Amino acid sequence: MSAPGFTLVVVTAVLYSSGFYLLLQRSLMRVVFGILVLGHAANVSLMLTDRAITLPPLLTEHEGPLSDPLPQAMALTAIVITFGVTTFLLALAYRVWLGDENDEVPADLEDRRIGRLAEPEDSA
Amino acid sequence: MNALLAVPFVVPLMGAALALLLRGRRRLQAGVAVATLAVVVVDTALLLVATADGTVLTSQAGAWEAPLGITIVADPLAALLLAVSSVVLLVVQLYAIGQDIGGLSRAMPQVFHPIYLVLTAGVCLSFLAGDLFNLFVGFEIMLTASYALITQAPTRARVRASMIYTVVSLTSSILFLTGIALVYGLTGTVNLADIAVKLGSAPAELRMVLALLFLVVFGIKAAIVPMHFWLPDSYPVAITRISAIFAALLTKVAVYAIIRSQTLLFGRDDISAVLLCVAIATMLVGIFGALVQDDINRLMSFALVSHIGFMIFGLGVNSVAALAGVVIYLVHHIVVQANLFLVNGLIRQYVGHSSLRSMRGLTTVSPVLALYFFLPAMSLAGLPPLSGFVAKVALFQAGVGTGGWLVYTALGAGVLTSLLTLMAIFRVWARGFWGTPMPDMVEARERLKRGAHLGGLKFMAVMTGVMVAFGVLIAVCAGPLSEVAFTAAHGLMNGSAYIEAVLGSDAR
Repeated sequence: MSAPGFTLVVVTAVLYSSGFYLLLQRSLMRVVFGILVLGHAANVSLMLTDRAITLPPLLTEHEGPLSDPLPQAMALTAIVITFGVTTFLLALAYRVWLGDENDEVPADLEDRRIGRLAEPEDSA
Repeated sequence: MNALLAVPFVVPLMGAALALLLRGRRRLQAGVAVATLAVVVVDTALLLVATADGTVLTSQAGAWEAPLGITIVADPLAALLLAVSSVVLLVVQLYAIGQDIGGLSRAMPQVFHPIYLVLTAGVCLSFLAGDLFNLFVGFEIMLTASYALITQAPTRARVRASMIYTVVSLTSSILFLTGIALVYGLTGTVNLADIAVKLGSAPAELRMVLALLFLVVFGIKAAIVPMHFWLPDSYPVAITRISAIFAALLTKVAVYAIIRSQTLLFGRDDISAVLLCVAIATMLVGIFGALVQDDINRLMSFALVSHIGFMIFGLGVNSVAALAGVVIYLVHHIVVQANLFLVNGLIRQYVGHSSLRSMRGLTTVSPVLALYFFLPAMSLAGLPPLSGFVAKVALFQAGVGTGGWLVYTALGAGVLTSLLTLMAIFRVWARGFWGTPMPDMVEARERLKRGAHLGGLKFMAVMTGVMVAFGVLIAVCAGPLSEVAFTAAHGLMNGSAYIEAVLGSDAR
């Protein structure tokens, strides 16, 4: 595998792992950033499928082999989608912050309710 | 034929644009939206007729031949689900309009109809997509519309719930994209039929990994255990009409995607044991969750999770009869879930809340409402002669016919789940419908009767009635339905018709 390919593999791995790490945080802002990073990871991994990524892209007057345009087209579509939805997510996170002045993911309400149901038995 | 295939997602998108332009002219906007969906209903009915004998219709967008171009495919399964979904979409939309005209809830935001139509387009495109990337785009159109819908009338709780929903869905979308990248890297194509041909020569381990990845991706959206946790937290919080359409369609689109990917793309027996185990867990966890709920909407959401398990069970059994059972179950479940959530909406109108603890004697307050709840609920539990019974019998027969200890365990779990469903429904019935009504419920009813909203409420009730009738109709038409289901299942088990229709007869 060529050197840029190997770099991309490392970049993808770092992006995926840091994305999932951020996704598991309690602060909603970090979760949003996690989604953002994961989106990049998926896009880069789409680019990775092109084995001739170092070659020039689609050119009309170019002679010789070209890189595969399909992953680029798919990555472009995916970037637009991730971008749009991330904006929406940011707006939502802002709304949550407006309501509560904090953006921590709340504890599971159902869990608490069941916990409360169990309490009298504990004290008896 | 090409036009028939394009209509279900092109017309709603155009309708959405038109409805957006008609902002501020509520009646006209509603008219455009209803007309658009009516066109889709007629079109999908024609599609169903055209494919009922097992024909696979294809259309190559821009005349770029597959596997290079974008392929739109309708086989009997897709056409059947499209037809049922579009009817449900239309009825729920009319219900929402009734609620709006009656002024029964906060005024409907003017973007409701455009977003609803975009959701329709996304659902239809997901059913019709002939390649993985368009399936992804269809999913994204549908999900983006659902993000916008679930935040309608934003209260603090709703924004929180929709945040969970959005983040979980996005995670699954990103994993989906990763899956597409892996498949493309392995086979050099995203066309479903072409992948099916080329993946056959891939190493079995790689196929298995991909199959599991796609199971996780669609499993998150279909809310199969252990990836179901987001659903009971987000669906009940949304407005009734929206949770009705979510419960009816979004999870089913994901189940459709599981069926399509696991039957067409991957080796049949690779993960059937995994599917059976997941099915058992989904059925039991879902129904035990439903049994302890106080809020009717939450109860129904857990029941929804548990009954997704039946469809996964059928897929795990993996025979023509089982797949036919899955198809019947899908159709039955789309209608019944929409139905139950619509009835819950009516209960909310009457009582003002959906907490079982402070509800009593609904039968006296409104006998029709009791009937509207009773029929779909019994159908969900699988009582003969309703549609749920037909679907469950088909599944169980297929299971018994196949044999094996895991299948029998799953069968036992299925029977137990059906009984527990009956118990959960009986709890709702005993707490909410039996007994003498609470004084404030009678008062609320009198207020409703005097108020100016009666027309809208009646319209909503009529639409719920239409949905109930549709559910009963499915049971009445069980014969023709199972014929179509068996044709669809044959097509699924033997992918060559699908592959030939897409790639041409010289594909293999």
